[in-house]
Amino acid sequence: MAANLIDETFRRLKADGETALIPFLTIGDPDLDTSLDIIRTLEEAGADMIELGVPYSDPLADGPVIQRASERALQHRVTIVDCIEMADKARQAGVKLPFILFSYYNPVMQFGLDRFFELIVRKQISGLIIPDLPIEEDAEVRERAENAGVHLIPLVAPTSHDRVARIASKASGFVYCVSSLGVTGVRSDFHRGIDDFLTAVRRSASTPIAVGFGVSSREQVERFSQQADGVIVGSAIVRKIEETLPLLQSAGTRSEGLAQIREFVAGLKGAGVQG
Amino acid sequence: MNRVPDENGRFGKFGGRYVPETLMNALLELEEAYSHYSKDPDFIAEVRYLLAQYSGRPTSLYYAERLSRHLGGAKIYLKREDLNHTGAHKINNTIGQGVLAKRMGKTKVIAETGAGQHGVASATVAALLGLECKVFMGEEDTKRQELNVFRMKLLGAEVVPVLSGTRTLKDACNETLRYWVSHVDDTYYILGSVTGPHPYPMIVRDFQRIIGDESREQIQKETGRLPDYIVAAVGGGSNAIGMFYPFIGDESVRMIGVEAAGKGVETEEHAATMTKGRHGVFQGSLSYVLQDEYGQVQPAHSISAGLDYPGIGPEHAYLKDTGRAEYVPVTDAEALEALQLLSRTEGIIPALESAHAIAQVMKLAPSLGTDRTIVVSLSGRGDKDVQAIMGYLGGAEHGR
Repeated sequence: MAANLIDETFRRLKADGETALIPFLTIGDPDLDTSLDIIRTLEEAGADMIELGVPYSDPLADGPVIQRASERALQHRVTIVDCIEMADKARQAGVKLPFILFSYYNPVMQFGLDRFFELIVRKQISGLIIPDLPIEEDAEVRERAENAGVHLIPLVAPTSHDRVARIASKASGFVYCVSSLGVTGVRSDFHRGIDDFLTAVRRSASTPIAVGFGVSSREQVERFSQQADGVIVGSAIVRKIEETLPLLQSAGTRSEGLAQIREFVAGLKGAGVQG
Repeated sequence: MNRVPDENGRFGKFGGRYVPETLMNALLELEEAYSHYSKDPDFIAEVRYLLAQYSGRPTSLYYAERLSRHLGGAKIYLKREDLNHTGAHKINNTIGQGVLAKRMGKTKVIAETGAGQHGVASATVAALLGLECKVFMGEEDTKRQELNVFRMKLLGAEVVPVLSGTRTLKDACNETLRYWVSHVDDTYYILGSVTGPHPYPMIVRDFQRIIGDESREQIQKETGRLPDYIVAAVGGGSNAIGMFYPFIGDESVRMIGVEAAGKGVETEEHAATMTKGRHGVFQGSLSYVLQDEYGQVQPAHSISAGLDYPGIGPEHAYLKDTGRAEYVPVTDAEALEALQLLSRTEGIIPALESAHAIAQVMKLAPSLGTDRTIVVSLSGRGDKDVQAIMGYLGGAEHGR
């Protein structure tokens, strides 16, 4: 079995002393063609891995920004299959980054676990995040993921307390550390005990750790780069996409919209604007 | 039949805890607290006292003689949950969970509501116990149930209109869970039905089983034996499981859950989760769900805001798949007809939810002999729905 791209990426970044920037987008927001362009833009802007969000009717763990993105995508009946195919399309368009599929459990379950894993392996998806599948419920999915060589990336929260060790020690790929209570969304302050929490995760994990939920600025990215191997930026990027929708949806201004997204993401990493 | 749920919160394959990790600890804490207090004599005594002296239990089991005669068949008994304080069975559960919240040291409670009955019951108990209360309600439902919004405010609760998704009960549930994720430290979530992640389906069932426990004793006293049928409406399914649970071991008692077929199960506008739904994960548990082939949850429709829900409690899914209970659909029109019949034969205006159960009894009773008995849960009274009913019936019914 080929080495997992996520592992390779973390290894390379570690050797260079860098932290992974992991942006999230909702696939199909506002449509599939635009998502493909945004993925290419994110890579150009310095992203190291990309989370492909499957739109869902009842996104329990998400705040209003990502909920709205889901609603926009669902207006065009974007499905989990479209989202998996997107990885393939992006690969054909030259994108080299590892892809992580983010989906609530029901779309995965309805697709059928065997078919699902067969397809994500074929379409070169390296990791999987299912926010409503805690370790108590993940046995069937975990077993198939292991067999398929796909990382099932667990979430761990500041309220996980003595579950931290159990979750982190079983983790595959990396541990997704939720930086604050609540749903996804931009915020200025993180959970009070965040530093102790990240230290505890680090102690138990044999994989890299990444921080997400509410990270939106270069200062915050830098802050967590001290403590984590990766930083996930979701709502801030989805909000940026929402703001640039009028530009993205008109042929004449599309490249301007993409340039604004590129600038925002490049600014997060401090890599300077390219292209 | 085995005791359910098991330690993982499973009713057979159904149930479980499909929630964001942020909530897991709160659910484990709740499970532990419930396991402790449900055996604590002081806790039990306080809940019993409030049910008796505050809510007015036991509610009566009333023999609906005129309705039975009109339908010509089985004898029909109404379990009068509509006689409870606040007008529905919902108070049984909110008293239980409210006292539990207080014992757990929580100062704030949150709740979701569709028709407003659970919201009113939660606001009532919060006022009684001195807890701060916030109720999430779909914006659409705040319009349909204006009077209940006002009631909640009068009781000191804050009503939060939910603008996401379909703006009805399903989205009110999502929003309550989202709010809880951010405030799990000091906030207790009073969940209103036998839905959601473990341990809620178990806790709510345990607080609602008093409906069936009392019915069982009352019907035996009245007729000297168990009923042949028990019938109850199901949205999430709390009043139905409350009625069914104590009878599950009595194989001779047939259990019928009645779900909302809206404009008909052949249309797209219904809430017939058991008839048209498939196994899926929704709002924290594995059960039957109305969904499309890609797992997107579909909007439900019912004349009754309380049944307008695309999911159902996992224990009902288990009872269906094991064949112990059957679930049948009843349309908006049939429910309205039943509502008028009960009003005119017995002088009881039922809630639209309960009217669904009565509609099934209208179909069932005439096919049975007069030596047969049916106990039906009259889960709530119709006061909250009178304005809506007036809209539906319009001038056509006037003066008939």
